[in-house]
This record gives sequence, C-alpha cells and structure tokens, in this order.
Amino acid sequence: MSHHKEEIRIGVYICHCGHNIAGTVDVTGIAEYASRLPNVVISKDYKYMCSDPGQVLIGQDIAEHKLNRIVVSSCSPLLHEKTFRDALVKGGLNPFFLQMVNIRENVSWVHTDTDDANLKARDLVRAAVHRVAYQKELTKKKVPVNPDVLIVGGGIAGISAALTMADAGKKVFLVEKEPTIGGHMALFDKTFPTLDCAACILTPKMSSVKKHPNITLWSYSEVSEVSGFVGNYKVKVTRKPRYVIEELCVGCYACVDECIFKEGKFPDEFNLGMSKRKPVYLPFPQATPLVAVIDDKTCIHFKTGKCQQSCAKACDRNAIDFNQQPEVKEIEVGTVILTTGFKAFDARRLPYYGYGKFPNVFTSLEVERMVNASGPTEGHVVLKDGSKPKSVGIVHCVGSRDEKTNKWCSRVCCMYSLKLAHLIKEHTGAEVYNFYIDMRTPGKGYEEFYDKLLREDVHFIRGRVAEVSDWATTSDEEGKLIMRVEDTMVGMVRRIPVDMVVLSVGLEPRDDAQDIRKLFNISCSTEGFFLEKHPKLAPVDTFTDGVFIAGAAQGPRDIPDSVAQAGAAAAQALALIDSGHVELEPNTAYITDTLCSGCKSCLNICPYKAIAFDDEKRKSVINEALCKGCGTCVASCPSGAIRQNLFEDEEIFSEIRGLFVESI
Amino acid sequence: MKYLYYPGCSLRSTGRAYEESLLAVFRVLGIDLAEIDDWNCCGATNYMSINEHRAIAITTRNLALAEQQGGSGEVHIIAPCNACYMGLQKTKIYLDTEQGLREKILKTMEGAGLRYEGRVVIRHPLDVLINDFGLDKLKMAVKKPLHDLRVISYYGCQMVRPIATFDHEADPVSMDQVAMTLGATAVDWGMKLRCCGGSMTSTVPDVGQRLNYLLLKEAKAKKGDIMITACPLCQFNLECFQGKISKKFRDDISIPVMFFTQLMGMALGIPEKELGIHRLFVKPRPVTV
Amino acid sequence: MNSGSNGKQPFLHIKREADLDKEFSKRIAKLAHGEKLYGCIQCGNCSATCPLSPYMDYTPRKVIAMVRAGFRDEVLSNSTVWLCASCYSCTVECPKGIKITDIMYALKREAIIKKVYPRNFAIPALSRTFYDEVRAGGRINETWLLTRFYMRTNIFKAIGFIGLALKLFGTGRLKLAEKKLKDRQQFRRMVESTSN
Repeated sequence: MSHHKEEIRIGVYICHCGHNIAGTVDVTGIAEYASRLPNVVISKDYKYMCSDPGQVLIGQDIAEHKLNRIVVSSCSPLLHEKTFRDALVKGGLNPFFLQMVNIRENVSWVHTDTDDANLKARDLVRAAVHRVAYQKELTKKKVPVNPDVLIVGGGIAGISAALTMADAGKKVFLVEKEPTIGGHMALFDKTFPTLDCAACILTPKMSSVKKHPNITLWSYSEVSEVSGFVGNYKVKVTRKPRYVIEELCVGCYACVDECIFKEGKFPDEFNLGMSKRKPVYLPFPQATPLVAVIDDKTCIHFKTGKCQQSCAKACDRNAIDFNQQPEVKEIEVGTVILTTGFKAFDARRLPYYGYGKFPNVFTSLEVERMVNASGPTEGHVVLKDGSKPKSVGIVHCVGSRDEKTNKWCSRVCCMYSLKLAHLIKEHTGAEVYNFYIDMRTPGKGYEEFYDKLLREDVHFIRGRVAEVSDWATTSDEEGKLIMRVEDTMVGMVRRIPVDMVVLSVGLEPRDDAQDIRKLFNISCSTEGFFLEKHPKLAPVDTFTDGVFIAGAAQGPRDIPDSVAQAGAAAAQALALIDSGHVELEPNTAYITDTLCSGCKSCLNICPYKAIAFDDEKRKSVINEALCKGCGTCVASCPSGAIRQNLFEDEEIFSEIRGLFVESI
Repeated sequence: MKYLYYPGCSLRSTGRAYEESLLAVFRVLGIDLAEIDDWNCCGATNYMSINEHRAIAITTRNLALAEQQGGSGEVHIIAPCNACYMGLQKTKIYLDTEQGLREKILKTMEGAGLRYEGRVVIRHPLDVLINDFGLDKLKMAVKKPLHDLRVISYYGCQMVRPIATFDHEADPVSMDQVAMTLGATAVDWGMKLRCCGGSMTSTVPDVGQRLNYLLLKEAKAKKGDIMITACPLCQFNLECFQGKISKKFRDDISIPVMFFTQLMGMALGIPEKELGIHRLFVKPRPVTV
Repeated sequence: MNSGSNGKQPFLHIKREADLDKEFSKRIAKLAHGEKLYGCIQCGNCSATCPLSPYMDYTPRKVIAMVRAGFRDEVLSNSTVWLCASCYSCTVECPKGIKITDIMYALKREAIIKKVYPRNFAIPALSRTFYDEVRAGGRINETWLLTRFYMRTNIFKAIGFIGLALKLFGTGRLKLAEKKLKDRQQFRRMVESTSN
C-alpha cells in the first residue's frame, strides 16, 4: 500500500464482551492474528471495549503509537459506533477513521462451532483492516432544528404529548383522523384499577388541547405527504370536508335536530354500531372539537341532490357549507410524534365463539359502551331483548396468545376483564365467570384489584373456552349460550350455560399502520406495531431521527403506560429541539461534475427526493441535507459519476479483497 | 375436465348408496369420472395407529397409480369419503413438506415398480361441484326443487380438519350451499363439525352411541326434516343405530340420514333405485312424498 | 388413577424423578411431526373441544403435560389415547399449533411397540384387525373386519350386532366377497419393505 501519502498505522481492538464474544471466539488468538496483518501497529483484546478504560486505551494508543486508523471488533455498530467515534475524537483523530467489525451478533451469537466462528471472525477483521486504510477524513454538517412539532393521533397518548410540548412553549400541530379526539379512552366508562370515571379524567385534557394557544388541532384530517429530514420536515395534511365550518359551529345540535331523518338510521361508529345516528351528527356530547359532521355517504343531499337542507336552515350561524372541498395544509416541523393507537381484534375471525351469529355474544368494547351512561343502553347491561342477564361469561385472550390470529399477549385484557366483571356484577347482580389462561396483573394496584375481585363472588376458571354453542344437553341449558371449557385446575371439562358472553378482544396494529410507516420512513416489528430504536434504552425513538412513537401504536399497552410513554416521547423531542441543531451524518452521495452526462436516471431512483437537475449546467445536483446515504444512485449511475462518502469504491473493493485474500 | 375417482372400501359396502348416488348425479351433470385401477385401502385412522410410515406408503401407492393413469400434468382425484379424502390429502402434504419421509416412501414405491411425482390434487366432490361445476349450473339442472325441506348438513370431522382447502375449518358452508341450491332450507346448527365417534360406535358402544345421540337429538331440536352427510362412517353411525339409541336414551330421535348426493339426485329427478334409497334404514319420507 | 411404577405402594400419590422417562417427550415429539409440543401453555382448549374427553381418565391437556414430564407408563398403559377418534378439533383449535392428534397417534404406536397398550380394550384390537386385513388383502371387507374383530375381543358381544348385520346384508350393504387387488403378494411385499 505504498501509494498512500501518509503512513497508515492501524490499531485493532478485539472485545470479549464478557462471555458474549469470548465464550465462542478465541479473542486472544484473533488479536494475535490481526497483529500480523498489513499496516497493523498494535492489536489488543480487552474485556469490555465500550467501558471507560476500554475507550481510554484507544486514546492512549493513538498518542503512544501514532495510530491513524482504528478497527474495533465487538458488537453491532448500531450500539457502539458513536461510543468509539467519540473515543477517536478524544484521542485526537477524525472519527471517520474508525471501522467496526460485528463479531457478536454476526459471529458469536449465531455460531456454535468454535472453529467456524474463529475463521469467520478472522476473515471479518482482515477485511476491516484492509478497508480502514482507505477511509478518509470527513466532517459532520450542522443544521438548525425547527421548534414546531407534529403529533399524529389524538388518543390519550397524543393528547398527553401535545399538552406537554405546548406547555413547554412549542407550537404543536395535532392531527386526528376521526371527527373528534379522545381515541379509545373516550369509549370507556371506568378505568382500572382505581375505577375512576374515564370521561372525568379525559375530557378536561381534551378541552385543554382545544383551548391551548400553542396547539393547532386538526381533526377529521390525515397526513398525506412527508419530506425533509430531522429538524426540518415538510408535511402536508389533508383536511377532509366535514361540510360544517369549524370556526362558526358551536355544537348546538340544531342541525342534528332538524335533519329530515327524524330518527337515527345509520350505525353510530362511536357506539360501535349498537345505536343509530343521522347523516349529520356529533360523535358524543364532549366531542372535541364540538363541531358537527355531515357524512356524505349517507346524507340525502349528497346522494340525490334533492334535500330541502333543513339542517342548513336550522343553523343560525350559517355554519353549514355543502360545497366544502378537501383542504391541504402545508406545515414545517422539526420533530414528529406518532401516537396512532391500535385496532381491536375482530372477533368474527374466531367462528367458534359465535360472535355475529348469537346476538348475545358481545365484544368487550361493546360492553364498555353499554356500561357507559352516555352509551347506547344508557348504562344498562342488557341482552338484545332488553332484559338483564342472570349469568355472564367473560372470555380472556380472544385474538391474543394464539398462533392462528395474534401470538402476543395483549397486556390489558386481564385487567379490563376484571374491571368489566366488577361492573357487570355491580350493574346486574349476575353470576359472572372469568375464563382465563394465565392471570396477568403486573402494575401498581393491579394485583390488589384482582384480589378484590376474587372476594366479590366472581367465578374464575382457568381454561381457554373452546366453544360457545346453543346445543343443549340438559333442560337447564335450553335457550342459553353454553360455554365449553376445561377447568384445568380441576382437570375436568365443564359446560357452563350463560345468558351473555363477553369476548375480551386483543389489541392489533391498525390497518393503516403500514401506510404511516412508509409515510414517515420508520419500521414495524414482525407483528406490525411500530418498531422502537431499542426495546429497553430507546423505547420511544425510531430509526428515523426526529420521529418518535408512543402509546399502543408501538405495542399493546394501558392508559398509565401510554401517558408515561407520551411524556418520554415529548421529552425526547424537546431535547432535540432545545439542542438547537442536529449534526448530519457525512455518509452522503456526491457527484463528480465532469463525469455526469446529465442522463437524469438518478432523479427518479432517489427515495428521498434529494437529487435535483441543474438545467443550466445539465448536471444532477444532490442536496446533502436530504440525502440519507442509501447508495441507490451510486449503484445506478451509468457513468460512475456518483460516489459516496464512507462507501468509496476503493474502500469497498479493498474490504472485499481483504475478505478473500488470505495475505498471511 | 376429467377426474380420477378413488372410491375407498366403505363405498363398496356399508356406504354403497354414496357411490351409487354420486355416480348417478355426476353422470347427469356430465362430470366424467374414471376409477383408479387397482386402488387399495387408504389406511384410515386405524392404520395410522399401528404404523405411520406403512400407512403413508399404502396411500402413496394410490397417488402413484393415479399419476400413472392420469397422464402428464396435474391429476385431480375425487375422494368422496371424508376419511379417504383426508388420508390422501395428509399424505400428499407430508410428502411435500418432509424431505426424509418423502425419500423413504419414494424408495418403497420404486421397489414396487411405481413412481410418485407429487402431481396429484385431492378433491372432494363438494369442492368440485361448487368450484369447478358451479352452483348456478346446478340450480338450472334441478327438476324437483326441495321447497319446505329443512336440511341439517352434518360435515363430520375430516372434510375440513386438519386441512381445510375449499371450506372454512371452523364454520364450513359448502354442503349448506348445495342444499340451498336444491331449493331446501339449510338449518344452521352448532354441531356440524362435532365428531360422531367414528368406529367407537362399534368398539365402545356406550361412548359412541352417546355421541351419536347428542347429534341426532340436536338435529331434531333444530326441527330438521333430514340430515345429510359426506362420510360413510358418519352415515352408518347416525342411521343404523337409531333404534338402539332411541331405546337406550328413551328419546325418539329418528330422522332420515342420507348422503348429500342422494338428496341431490332426488332434486335432479334421478330414479330412487339408482340413488340407493332402498338401502337406507330410515326412509326419507319428507323427500320422497 | 395411580398406575405408576411404584405399584407396590398403591396409596402413595407421589412421583419421583427417578421414575420418570426424561427422553419420552423427545421421542414422541420426533414421532409426531414437530417440536411444537414444548410450546404448550396448558390452556385446556384441546380437552374442552374434544368430544371424547368426558370419557377419558386424563384429559388431552393432561396427556401433553404428562408426556412433557416423562410419565411414560401412565400414559401408554391407559386407555385415554385410544379414545381419540382422530376428529382433529384439538389440532385445529390449539392456540400453539400443536398437532395433538398426531401426538395421540404417536402414543398409540409407542404403546404397541412397547406392548403396554390396554389388552382388554376394544379399540386397539380393532386397529390391529384392520391393519392385518389391509396388509393381507389391500382392501377392507367390512364383513370380515367386524367378524375377526369380535373374534379377537368378545365373541358374545357380536350377538348384539347380529340383527344389524342381517339388516345390512338385506339392503346389500354387507357382502361376503369383495374385489381384491391384482397382485396381493406384491402389495404385501411393498408394505413390509417400509420400516417405521
């Protein structure tokens, strides 16, 4: 490698990671092997390279041995690349003279054969030594952070995050898909384990959002386009026409009262279809904003054009506007918090529970509405014929812990089932049976709540219900729903006739989770919930800087945890905003003007719209701030005019050569 | 489309009427069937209990014979008996997915001068009627619509379990659809998939006959006029022990139990004799009158 | 039910580690197409959906637990697994995807190999008779299958079925002779060349 101007002096460090690496890989042997590789001046192994002494070791060696390139062979760069780059800086080197080799996730954790593992570790270290010799000095660019924040989803997580950010003096755009904020929590009557009224604690928060001078609330709206990068996102929000001018409407219900439909005729979404609404409606009395909506799919005016428009006549503020069109708002924000929530499992997917077939099989959410005083039955738990049930069976884990539907535990069902058992018992005095597989009540005051229920004359049967049927074998089963279950504690199958069955449905990713994922360029875990950057240490960050997640969009969770996570996400966003600027990774693509033929093939291929065309020069131009360093344009340029920092041809070819050429 | 036909042992004895009616109905509808030459027993549940690999080997012989007879490309085999249908299906899937097993069985086939390439598709007559022939065409062929007849469809176990290909594993509807196409009322009931006890009706009568009884009792409770099935053993259990069961449980549970193809034949105007109606113990009065 | 190996002390309801077969579950898992058996969460769905479980000494859930723990003798010598009618509802509904019916088959085969199946129980006898019939002729003649089955078990029981048999003959649903395979010798050789 005599063509280098400076003398290359490489230091190689092999980490034991306790037994994580050293248990499988011969770390001392690898260090000894690396010492014989070209340009390697020093090669060491150490118990924990990421520890302070480990980092200091690198700094000392840089000074003592005049090292100018460093290879650290340890875990994934995702975890510690920043640590070691900082160590280089402390030692007086440019941080991009570092190359990491992942001999933990890629070697020790996936191989059991020691010989193979050692061979692979040697190959990888050799490749890195060859590569690092060619790495160049790079500098990070700083860009300012826009202090405004976008929050998507107005459930309890979104509301909490919005209020925290707004109270900290930041301007918040809160976008909600439905006509009102409140999310699933607005459906509930009581909350576990304290049994405090959901509306009493939620609605003050909702009106605070509406009143807060720093919050712009756009309900009935969806994010339609996102571009830009951390600190500088450009977002388009489409506001769906509600045919009611929000600034004029005061929610007086005059339009609803005067609609030509005298009674509600269409399934009321808020009551899960258990009651009917008119084409013009307000979701519920505390809806926020308290503004009517006209549903153009059911309104006679939109269907036939021949309506006398009695709603418009009834409105003394002239708030109804049948000509409203979708409106696109363009905003610029520095950070984003996604709190889009979950979807409840569709119980029809498990036909053996008879949901949709037997009228008295309900989902837990339907019962939540029933026990709610503002719900379809005004707080009475009743069967379809209006009578009170004498016996009720609650089935846990419907659409949870099941390979055929969802493998995961939905985390909240045990507790809300206990809550419903208590409320049903309180409202009806019925015999209540809880059918559970394992009772999961970890949380402050949760086990105590379970204990309370155990003493309330509620029956607990450990077993997964196999079937809800209507075939009777004895006279006392006639006309009942019969639940067949093994009482696993007793070891005997039981048939339990009940009047009402409640299916405690699990939590799933929303149907549009994938669309949102693509829009904001984040990842989902295999089951479809948004993926956090690290499950323990970065639970509200994503792999896209400046985009944070909170609440049940990230995984099943209850209200206290959603609120806590929302606070964490707000804190992360605030930290980013208050640092004032972000540093951009320098691994961006660049164009050598003299080679660019102006063929434009790179323009459409860039997923981040980072490439523009200079019509005067007839050359492509890359916006460094937008480039994410994916390398797609580099590979596609027919004239080889595009190259990429940190992934230069000679760096990659040398790494490949190093991998295949056993040079010792 | 030409189909190969695997009758299975029961359709040659206790379930004769199933074969007779199936062949008659398919002839009238113009669906061609050619019997697999020199077929052998599918092994059923019993064989599996003694020796799994031998059970799979004898079933594979049938599949290999079918491929030989059916020419190149996909070979569709119609297996009307639920147990045979499942046995053939399960064998095909295990051979497709378990490499070691496949090698072993292919070797056995080679020794017997046979080759199995995996080109077979196992079909149930209900699948063929609905998805190949079509219910619209069937409706047009109906000569005597079965109005006012309440039909209880009993699917038994092995049509959709453990492998559901053409109908839902927990809530099948194909037989009900056929009954409705014939003009009858399909009665929804909760026991369409509940086991009749299989061979237990003969081996452990106390247990088997109680399972039969529960099914018959519910069929009566749902005011069914007639039960239809697609399994010779289910039909045998549910029909032939009705006298004993009525006496034992002191409950009149008599109800005609016939093969769905017999019911089809009657609606298509095929003479009773050709449908094996005379072989039934409980005469299907509501249909024949 | 306390039919463990400590049979000398009939009232002692205790299982010692030394009396368990620690390899048992591995053998059964291998015979029953998969390791999913180890994922069992003891929810009892199999027992609840099983139409035969009310007649079993151990529910299917318990059988799985006993297999896992190595209660070999109890499981194999008991009539429970023989009551499985292969209706597959447990397999289809199992939330952990365990092929419970295949496990029951594997246990039946294991009991036969180990010669510990319940001798006075009719179901294994029918299976054996069926197996022999097919091996010999390639097809089942239900007349001879039932005759040989009753001869093997309880000839007097057959008397109860004589009326039914006559009715079946009368309607042509039982026959004395059935068409046989073309080359029964070759069929038999094929069967026997397959080891398990």
